[in-house]
Amino acid sequence: MIEFAVGFFIVVGTLMSLFSSLGIIRLPDVYNRAHASTKSATLGILCILLGAFFYFFFTHAESSIRLLLGIVFVFLTAPVAGHLIIRSAHRSKVRLADISVRDDLQSHLDGRELRKK
Amino acid sequence: MFDRIMLLSMFLLTASTGIALYRVMKGPTVHDRILALDSIGYIVIGIVAVHSIMLDSRAYLETILLIGILAFLSTVALSKYMEGGIVIGTKSDD
Repeated sequence: MIEFAVGFFIVVGTLMSLFSSLGIIRLPDVYNRAHASTKSATLGILCILLGAFFYFFFTHAESSIRLLLGIVFVFLTAPVAGHLIIRSAHRSKVRLADISVRDDLQSHLDGRELRKK
Repeated sequence: MFDRIMLLSMFLLTASTGIALYRVMKGPTVHDRILALDSIGYIVIGIVAVHSIMLDSRAYLETILLIGILAFLSTVALSKYMEGGIVIGTKSDD
């Protein structure tokens, strides 16, 4: 029974990671790729680590604090890393894809510079 | 059955690492490469977790924390470097 639950978590996490990799390779520019990478990779890794935690909890009767720390750490740092990459990309003036319709951050920054002058 | 599920998910995680590695080699900008390397770091964490379930051993669980910290720090350092060229600065940028 517990093997069924662990297998479910592992398979869901694996499929999330696979779809995030497909998103990284298929989407048009770096901003869309960050959307695919950070969100679904985080959810997939959280599911895999939760499955591993349940496995060691129910077969060895030991709650592994290292896996819980890993879950908390990934949950805290993955969005921060994605935000840093995208802020750095926008500041180094990486162009948006041709099918993009608007750039709210650029218009916001332009308005702020106009107010400064 | 359980072993086959673990083997299948190991195969799929390795395949997604290869797909992200294609983006690392091809990516038009440096930020694409940083993003794909960050994603590879998280997938490797999952591979270590599945591997420790397959071997039924708790010896590899420190590696998860280690790889997580290394992936996060390398991502932060690379993106700060691409942004302004200063990794550790004294002046805070608004």
